[in-house]
Amino acid sequence: MTGTSPPADVRRIGVAVPELLLTGAHHMCPGCGEPLAVRGFLEAIQALGVARRTIAVAGIGCYTSFSMTTDVDLVQALHGRAPSVATGIKRVRPDALVYTLQGDGDMVNEGLQEVLHTAARGERITCILLNNGVFGETGGHMTATTVPGQRTKNTLEGRDPTVHGHPILIGDLIARLDGAAYVARGSVHTPGAVARTTRMFRRAFETQLSGSGFSFVEVVTMCPTGWFVPTLDGPTYLHDTLGAVHVMGELKVDGRVRSTEELRAENARAEADAARRLAAGGLDEVP
Amino acid sequence: MSGAVRRALLEGSEAIVEAAVGAGCRFFAGYPMTPFTELLEHFSRRLPEVGGVCMNAESELEAVGMAWGAVAAGARAATGSTGQGLSLMEEALSEITLAELPLVTFLMARGQQDYHQATRGLGHGDTRHVVLAPVDVHEAVAHTRSAFEIADAWRHPVMIYGDYLLAHTRESVTLPTEPAVVPDRPWAVDGTLGGTGRSRLISPLGFAKAGQHSPGIEAHQRAIAAKQERIAAAEARADVGACDDAETIVVAYGTPARFVRAAVAELRRGGHRIGWFRPVTLWPFPGDALADAAGRARRVLCFELSAGQLVDDVRLAVLGAAPVVPIGGISTDSSGFGVGRLLDTEVVATRILAAHRDEPLPPLPDSGGLP
Amino acid sequence: MSTPRGTVTIDVEACKGCALCVPACPPQVLSMSPDRNRAGYHYPVLADGCTGCAACQLICPDFVFEVYRAARPAGVR
Repeated sequence: MTGTSPPADVRRIGVAVPELLLTGAHHMCPGCGEPLAVRGFLEAIQALGVARRTIAVAGIGCYTSFSMTTDVDLVQALHGRAPSVATGIKRVRPDALVYTLQGDGDMVNEGLQEVLHTAARGERITCILLNNGVFGETGGHMTATTVPGQRTKNTLEGRDPTVHGHPILIGDLIARLDGAAYVARGSVHTPGAVARTTRMFRRAFETQLSGSGFSFVEVVTMCPTGWFVPTLDGPTYLHDTLGAVHVMGELKVDGRVRSTEELRAENARAEADAARRLAAGGLDEVP
Repeated sequence: MSGAVRRALLEGSEAIVEAAVGAGCRFFAGYPMTPFTELLEHFSRRLPEVGGVCMNAESELEAVGMAWGAVAAGARAATGSTGQGLSLMEEALSEITLAELPLVTFLMARGQQDYHQATRGLGHGDTRHVVLAPVDVHEAVAHTRSAFEIADAWRHPVMIYGDYLLAHTRESVTLPTEPAVVPDRPWAVDGTLGGTGRSRLISPLGFAKAGQHSPGIEAHQRAIAAKQERIAAAEARADVGACDDAETIVVAYGTPARFVRAAVAELRRGGHRIGWFRPVTLWPFPGDALADAAGRARRVLCFELSAGQLVDDVRLAVLGAAPVVPIGGISTDSSGFGVGRLLDTEVVATRILAAHRDEPLPPLPDSGGLP
Repeated sequence: MSTPRGTVTIDVEACKGCALCVPACPPQVLSMSPDRNRAGYHYPVLADGCTGCAACQLICPDFVFEVYRAARPAGVR
């Protein structure tokens, strides 16, 4: 540990490595957004005090390497099949907090029917989607959420809807299903967005624990490697391309589906507010 | 109901479900498909009565996934389908094997054309399931309890190979009433170890949590392969009749073996030295027992309702010690769900006798086209 | 110099050099070192003026930052 040493008269306001990770080391590329989402939901579990009744189910993607380092009971599932495995777990252990972790290739390509049926069934689990619009693990190929114009290894000139079809806005789709009680789309391109996403995880888990139905948190994450952009450009690329189509916000709260216009207006306010607070010294500050 | 047993006249599907519930099965997930459907119906009625869960899954993909989760969470759990439905489940069944989960699967096949599917690993990778093939409803009840016990003993999936006749025939059966002993499963995920540094990971890849011993993919797959060799040595079972002095041995499995048994008994009464051999486990195949019986015979006949799948294992076991003659064939009713006219004791006896006399086989009976 | 409001520790060896922390820092007190860590990545270094706002920790994919804030005088919010 270098840089600076903490002086004696300070208080620590955040640990470097989330407490529910056995180690902070991971194989994600520089500038990857997935670890930020992982921190978010692990801190939400910690904050709710339910780590000792949590069971996770992981899909197959880059994030699968967190299966080995996440310190909760975990079942490693197949590509696309985590929601049904989680269903079996939840029905056998209804008191557990059960969540799935999947990428867009896993959930929206390979396993689309699984997550839709699970949501429609109102299964009392939380599905977490890390959506970066590419198959990161295979090296940057088009997925069902890749946005028009986005360059991938098999859409070199950008996704052309007349040739490659249109992206699926999975959060919007799930929000329309009666079994879904809470649906949110977070992002990790700014510190404020990361903090908002962590609050979404908390609400999703609270929804599950209250027994009111299926909960879903999609997180749009940076994949500079798969997007072929420098790491520093990742957040801007996310905001301007994926973020413009997969709009951040709470899509469904207490059974009410919210409009994209409503979300956009809220996002502008929330981002400005977070920037003001951070400039004043922290998200807990009132400038 | 009295004493340690209960007698009842039950359809095969219902008897299997009663046996599964008696064996401690508390979770089932399935998708309707003939002739598997009644199994799902009976589970959906019975499991809630005993505090269990039956899921009417949205497809076979969900069904096997749900069963995977239920087993991982520590329940005695099962799924099933026909061979067609199991084709959809195969990816998961391979991974469940590699994850060492004691899942029980009911293959209620439309005939005997799913033998390769059942015995050749059910999907990708070097995986095998233990496959029990009951000859009648009475044996299906015993096999169902054994399936859960074998699965737990080895932490390995076990399949029951049933069929249309087994599912739909009513027989008087004896149901065990002594409670099942479900062993502790310290490996199952119950969620209680989060944040302790000792949380569990159930992975088909052989990976472990950071800081715990992880064998890695190669060593893990070799360990599974070695376990399967131990299972093969320990679990092979056969049922043999009238083979001691037999010139001809007829091999058959499942409900068709019942017809073969009756045909051989009839031919025996006619003075023909013919015996029968029934693999009770399809994997591991009781090859040593068959080789032993075939060593004293002049020919080995193989009766199955398929173009020839069981015959591969018969030939591998006999290894040229005697000629192996297939006497079965494809036989299905006009719906494609049931059995055709080949499954008739008189027809079977005629074919056995022709082969016994080294005469040409009569043509396969025509079961008729669409009505 | 006034009493610093906050500070961070930086796990230099865990850093993969993405530099997301640099533009995310409101008081602009992080910059990338010319030196490299053992894995070969440039890593952030802290100048005076940290407020302990935790923006760097929120945006760091490699869990590099631990954040500290000066204790406030009693009675002041």
